[in-house]
Amino acid sequence: MNVEVAAERFVALVGPSGCGKSTTLSLIAGLDRPTSGTVTVRGKPVTGIGDGVGFLFQRDALLPWKTVRDNVRLPLQLRGVEAAEARSRVGEWIGRVGLRGFESAFPYQLSGGMRKRVALAQTLVYDPEILLMDEPFSALDVQTRNLMEGELLALWQGSGKTVIFVTHDLEEAIALADEVVVMTAGPASVKARYDVTLPRPRDIEQARFDPRFTELYSKTWNDLRDEVLESYARANAAG
Amino acid sequence: MRERTQPVDRRAVAAIQIALVAVFLLVWELGVRVHLIDPFFFSAPSQIGETIASWWQHGYIVGDVVTTMKETVLGLLVGGAIGIALAAILASNRWLSAIFVPFLVLLNSLPRVTLVPLFILWFGFTLWSKMVSAIVLVLFVVFFATYDGIKDVDPTLVANVRVMGANRTAVMRHVLIPSALTWIFSSLRSAVGFALIGAVVAEYFGAQAGVGYRIQFSESQLNTSGVFGGLFILMVLVFFINLFFQWLQRRLLVWKPADS
Repeated sequence: MNVEVAAERFVALVGPSGCGKSTTLSLIAGLDRPTSGTVTVRGKPVTGIGDGVGFLFQRDALLPWKTVRDNVRLPLQLRGVEAAEARSRVGEWIGRVGLRGFESAFPYQLSGGMRKRVALAQTLVYDPEILLMDEPFSALDVQTRNLMEGELLALWQGSGKTVIFVTHDLEEAIALADEVVVMTAGPASVKARYDVTLPRPRDIEQARFDPRFTELYSKTWNDLRDEVLESYARANAAG
Repeated sequence: MRERTQPVDRRAVAAIQIALVAVFLLVWELGVRVHLIDPFFFSAPSQIGETIASWWQHGYIVGDVVTTMKETVLGLLVGGAIGIALAAILASNRWLSAIFVPFLVLLNSLPRVTLVPLFILWFGFTLWSKMVSAIVLVLFVVFFATYDGIKDVDPTLVANVRVMGANRTAVMRHVLIPSALTWIFSSLRSAVGFALIGAVVAEYFGAQAGVGYRIQFSESQLNTSGVFGGLFILMVLVFFINLFFQWLQRRLLVWKPADS
């Protein structure tokens, strides 16, 4: 598999389950080592966990024993950011994700959507240049999900961050990204890449009714469908 | 359909428990009075009460309880600290755990009470021999609970803090230890029992004070009331220790949903 992602772009990786989307993210983050080949970030091979990388997981990754405030503060604490500055940045980001008033709540006291907001604040508070997102909203209900997608775009717009967003939801991919990369059923390789020409800043709700959206959707779905069918057949044969 | 579960009325439970104990003591006492039960072998609640009252008047109880508690608490603290530290080290290194965990499993299966006379031989009739007896019991309970707790941690949490910049020590401090704390806590509650057993058994084998010594001394006099009196004092101690741990647990595990 060979993909380059240009800086400051919002790229969505779509593909059938088990095609190695999540593994790709782990490799870029430096959480896993490749068995062969290299991953480079900003021209340098990845040998460990990068400094400027943020990761949003599909599963809840907040520390259940820390309050919202302490969860958001943790990356700054780990980076040795001075206390007064950390406090103001934490306060700012809790405000920006709309959780003012919940600073002292523990994760179990929050809804799934609110926990995702905390996770978003926890990742953005240390200002990573690259955001890796592994189906971050797939566990949310549809309404919350649309809301979170809109907020993600609003937070990303103009931030200059590169986003690699893994999803199996084509609609989500097109609505959010500048570019959609369709992966094959495996062994992981790139089937096709599409530029999303929808204008920025983008309104998620409006974007879905844009004729360009529908056109791109049917194109990418054609590619994806073959791969999904193949992956399904393979899973059945294996099972 | 599942029925809606009604929470039990805690006051009713307490009332029933007290009533059960009262009936038990009453039957025991009456059995002695009507000569169905021989008080030489089984004593009687009233005689046990008298024994405890006389110990109180002689000032034995405070001294015994303080001695035993000192041994128990020191044994618990030192044994718990060693157990947690050992678990933290072994759980974070695959080589060390592969080499050493089987030894710990083996040692844990030994009946350590049989070692107590050796500890007395090595450390004399001192606080040390009691503490070491408590430590060798506590250590393993806490070690295995902490080790399992650390092993059981959600890998997503670890990945998340690693991406945020955590090194091994930070992962230990922010993720592994807090995650293991639930296990550590439940293990500490049973570890208290073990610490007390260790201390009392060591006193039983040789001491000048302590509840275990009081029980042993009574036994040597064939004084069953004294044996039961000592056991009763131990029961009261354990009761208060448990209350303390429940309180501590509520304070330390505030991040857990209340119903779990």
